[in-house]
Amino acid sequence: MIELVSEDRCITCGLCVRVCPTNVFDSDDNGLPVIARQEDCQTCFMCEAHCPADALYVAHHADEKVEVEEADLIARGLLGSWRATIGFGSHGAVSMAATDTTPILRTMRASIQSERSV
Amino acid sequence: MSAPADETLSADVLVIGGGPAGAWAAWSAASHGARTVLADKGYLGTSGATAPGGTNFLYVEPDDAKRSRMVEERLASGGGLSEGPWIYRLMEQAYLNIHLVEQWGYRFPLDEHGNLYKAHMQGPEYMELMRRVVRKAGVHVLDQHPALELLSDEHGVGGARGVNRLNGRSWEVRAHAVIIATGGCAFLSKGLGCNVQTGDGQLMASELGVEMSGMEFSRQYATTAAFGTITRNRLLSFASFYNEQGKLVHEGGPRGDHFFAVQLDKGPLFAQLTHADTPDKREILRASTPLWFVPFDRAGIDPFTQKFPIAMRYEGTIRGTGGIRIVGEDCSTAVQGLYAAGDAASREKTAGARSGGGAYNASWAIASGTWAGQGAARYAASQKVEARQRELRPAGRHGLEHTAVTTDPIPVREVVNRVQQEMFPLRINYFRSEPVLAASLERLNQLWPLVQGSVSPGVTAAVQSREAAAMVVNARWMYTAALLRKETRGMHTMAEYPVADERLAHRLLLSGTDRITYRPEYVKARGGSVLPPVIVKEGQPI
Repeated sequence: MIELVSEDRCITCGLCVRVCPTNVFDSDDNGLPVIARQEDCQTCFMCEAHCPADALYVAHHADEKVEVEEADLIARGLLGSWRATIGFGSHGAVSMAATDTTPILRTMRASIQSERSV
Repeated sequence: MSAPADETLSADVLVIGGGPAGAWAAWSAASHGARTVLADKGYLGTSGATAPGGTNFLYVEPDDAKRSRMVEERLASGGGLSEGPWIYRLMEQAYLNIHLVEQWGYRFPLDEHGNLYKAHMQGPEYMELMRRVVRKAGVHVLDQHPALELLSDEHGVGGARGVNRLNGRSWEVRAHAVIIATGGCAFLSKGLGCNVQTGDGQLMASELGVEMSGMEFSRQYATTAAFGTITRNRLLSFASFYNEQGKLVHEGGPRGDHFFAVQLDKGPLFAQLTHADTPDKREILRASTPLWFVPFDRAGIDPFTQKFPIAMRYEGTIRGTGGIRIVGEDCSTAVQGLYAAGDAASREKTAGARSGGGAYNASWAIASGTWAGQGAARYAASQKVEARQRELRPAGRHGLEHTAVTTDPIPVREVVNRVQQEMFPLRINYFRSEPVLAASLERLNQLWPLVQGSVSPGVTAAVQSREAAAMVVNARWMYTAALLRKETRGMHTMAEYPVADERLAHRLLLSGTDRITYRPEYVKARGGSVLPPVIVKEGQPI
């Protein structure tokens, strides 16, 4: 579930409030997003993907709260890591689509399937 | 009756839903000249099961022999409830539209022969592209605008009304035609991207008298790391599986159909990607399905070298097959002006009694959206009276402020928890048996009066009360249909009836919300002509 909005990084663009498909955020009087309905978070990582300031963190657990420390997440390179993987904001320099290895994966899967069925 | 809306718009076509089916429907309607509005509960680009992760597509070169063989295989596995001409048409339409996706700029990878590989797309980039395509086609997009109910008069449907979740204001869109593309219903199971889809469109259509079809074909779960939501199973082909004591129960390769359900019914099950045993292989797995690794990296678990617990999340009618009954080749329903596309619609025409999950449903979203968009645009063009001059009335009957029959507030959390207790357990919904399903349906029926109560103040309560009503009725349809199908066919199984019964070789159409009735629909699997695909002008880079 979403666990962190970095006040330090947030540029109060309001994009996360608009893009969250399950309406987890509200904006406070200063335009800062607030995690208002954490229980409605479906752990889809889409807010992180769209955040232009790498200010959001969705933890791995879908059903339980996870304690996080912003400094620790930054040290582990996790703030903004999903957006970087997709390539959003990279102006095409990075594209998860262009480097998709599904064709090779299919061949590899087929060989495990046949190897194990003999 | 309810008060006039704060914001009103008028259009030719209103599309409700902003996943892939809604996006293709809105693009198609606008491309056929209709003034089009798309209203989504969430955000066009992030809503739906496709947006967060990767998805396979049915992409078959126009080779007649190959396509014929695939259609025959599909007919055979569909339990006699699918239709050959629709499967052909689906293949052709998906093939053409995926070419457009390429022209618009999606960056397909190369396969081992150096050709573009177009049978898989990464959801974030696909849906971000579709948002731009839809907007460039001139569609008026309303994000965070959940529809709460349809509008209708004696001429059929005429729009919808709902609420803007960001400012709490009510909205109304009057339109000649409405396309429901709100997705299936997975009961807030947190399967990847599935929580937007709570069966709202099915309830709205049913309130106008439209039938549901195939609701019994809903016995579909997907595996994920127990703590996570990434219900994309393919990497588990590289796993070995262990029980709680660490004893190997399966060393990878082919698994029986019921492997995960049977093992998880016995107790905890653990996996490790033992077959990806070199750095090269591990990199290939990562680059194919990057999101799958995100929860592991964050939890500090290395799935290649460490065992992790796995679980199944219920996918309801999203990877199941049932939904709104389509009557026309343009995805029209039995109500004038009302169309259905994507997982909100029954996919029996192409999937039959089996799951349409993966490639077929993803392609169905493309094709049915394209067909519905054209059909709705044509219908709108044929209408003479402006929609805003019609005497339209709100058609909602359950879970809304103006439909309350008691003053007791709808206990949303309690209703959702109790529906989930009936839908999620493998012992009820996967290993189906007559007495267990009958007792469960009885408990679900007891929830129905609870969603006829009053709606608590605030926009969240308004949306969630309606969702609660939609989930209860979808659950009741599912188990009602399951109990009528006293046989095993496609994905539907029944312990007491382990084989198919030829007397039940028909679809089950359900109608009603308070009282549910049914009738059979017999299907002609072969014969009839294949309609030509919908061709829209060549795509330009977007």
